[in-house]
Amino acid sequence: MALTLADVHRIAHLARIEIDAAAATDVHRKLEAIFAMINELQAVDTTGIVPMAHAQDVHLPLREDAVNETDQHALFQILAPAVQDGLYLVPKVIE
Amino acid sequence: MISGTVAQLVADLRAKRLSSVELTRALLARIDQAQARFNAFVTVDAEGALAQARAADAALAQGSAPPLAGVPIAHKDVIMTAGLRTTCGSRMLANFTAPYDAHVVTGLRNAGTVLVGKTNMDEFAMGSSSETSWFGPVRNPWNTDYVPGGSSGGSAVSVAARLVPAATGTDTGGSIRQPASLSGICGLKPTYGVCSRYGLIAFASSLDTPGMFARTAEDCGLLLNAMAGHDARDSTSLDRPREDYTRDLARPLAGLRIGLPKEYFGDGVDADVASAIETALAQFRKLGATTVPLALPNVKLSVPVYYVIAPAEASSNLSRFDGVRYGHRAAKYTDLLDMYRKTRAEGFGAEVKRRILVGTYVLSHGYYDAYYLKAQQVRRLIADDFARAYQACDVIMGPTAPSPAFKIGDKADDPVQMYLNDIFTVAGNLTGAPGISIPCGFDRRRLPIGLLIQSNHFAEAKLLNVAHQYQQATDWHTRAPAEVSA
Repeated sequence: MALTLADVHRIAHLARIEIDAAAATDVHRKLEAIFAMINELQAVDTTGIVPMAHAQDVHLPLREDAVNETDQHALFQILAPAVQDGLYLVPKVIE
Repeated sequence: MISGTVAQLVADLRAKRLSSVELTRALLARIDQAQARFNAFVTVDAEGALAQARAADAALAQGSAPPLAGVPIAHKDVIMTAGLRTTCGSRMLANFTAPYDAHVVTGLRNAGTVLVGKTNMDEFAMGSSSETSWFGPVRNPWNTDYVPGGSSGGSAVSVAARLVPAATGTDTGGSIRQPASLSGICGLKPTYGVCSRYGLIAFASSLDTPGMFARTAEDCGLLLNAMAGHDARDSTSLDRPREDYTRDLARPLAGLRIGLPKEYFGDGVDADVASAIETALAQFRKLGATTVPLALPNVKLSVPVYYVIAPAEASSNLSRFDGVRYGHRAAKYTDLLDMYRKTRAEGFGAEVKRRILVGTYVLSHGYYDAYYLKAQQVRRLIADDFARAYQACDVIMGPTAPSPAFKIGDKADDPVQMYLNDIFTVAGNLTGAPGISIPCGFDRRRLPIGLLIQSNHFAEAKLLNVAHQYQQATDWHTRAPAEVSA
């Protein structure tokens, strides 16, 4: 399962992170070292072992289906890079 | 006053030997002086702190003060504080003002603490050295050429350098216990679920755990009393009866069974660290404890498991930083996709990007079973090792980190070497069990060494009891960096 330079560009695209050719080479070298360590796991026999997704076997609690949040829209939009008329502005996606 | 523990300061404030305003002013002056040397803080809120101190003094005068009234503390800058800048050590959030308080912040506010500021950290809590902050590296007060550990390095240093008596941190793979060890103070990671994660900027949700730094085990207990408790806003917060975590401090240790995993005492542990741990164990035997040899055969796989699970969760959690609703947005872009890509390329530092990429890869089509599922299966094997171990012992001890602090820059370009710093702490995050690091000696360069005490889930009171009894018999926890006493 060798990680290639093309993989680096592919995952950078999936992760929405711009990466240039020089940076990709350096990232590739470091990810190879990280995956060499991670690949130690492949030697372990895990047949029949139930995956552990969480530190405790918690079941998701349910709450009453009732409105319990107030409208904080104005407070939260103060933080936004660009808003207009209560909406978040992004570059046009439909011509 | 400067070196007072939380317990001592509480007593002094209640007896009116000291006012909170006086104490807060003195610490703010120290923080100001120390900032250029240690870079422990990102934001200091002098005005807010003094207002809270005045309110605490008024409550103390009326005799209606909550348990920690007037005690100054600091929060790690990954923890949201309403109205106060919360940066996560990142350019992405360099100008982000939190709109609400984290649950643990509310708990400590209600207990009467005075918030002096927000501490520096590895960006998004990803690191073991506190070198990757957008606001520059944190320096170790025992020797400023060295790292303080991470990711909660600023909190650790603020307590070690006597800038505050206690501070909060978060621990995802060792980010409280390892900097506590490298900075010569106490750091407690409680059981996962005991302190709510509400208001923490999420890194790896199945591992992130709020906790604290202080100079004594007793002080850790006093803070935990204020931070613990059920919170419906975090679906993993546990609904358990309230407890006083300091209730067992005075209990003698006769009969305590200490498990010593052979994996914690092998090659790769610095000789000075190994010898300090042996001396600490001899002290525990003197206090009536017995030691039991153990094996945790899968614990060596904790780091590889962690570096699949934590980046996988991080890649998902950090997808929210896209330049739309909050945080940094690139100045120039051609379209929406380009805006996301440039915003994230500029807003995140190298280590954060690396972990997002690792996480994206292990979750991507065709690799999920080989990496993510496999890591979760090995996580189970590691948890089973610990469950077996606790049938034969009450606590497990060993070094917190394989070596004392390293020099700034020494491991910055070698992520795998950096990751191996957490080899003894990571398992506690995978299993969710608590652990405390307490000071137990110094190496030949006079850098601190920490002892890691771990226990089964929910045994915080036992951990604090064991650590407190050690601190009654030794004085490592009272040692301060040379320039502090000057």
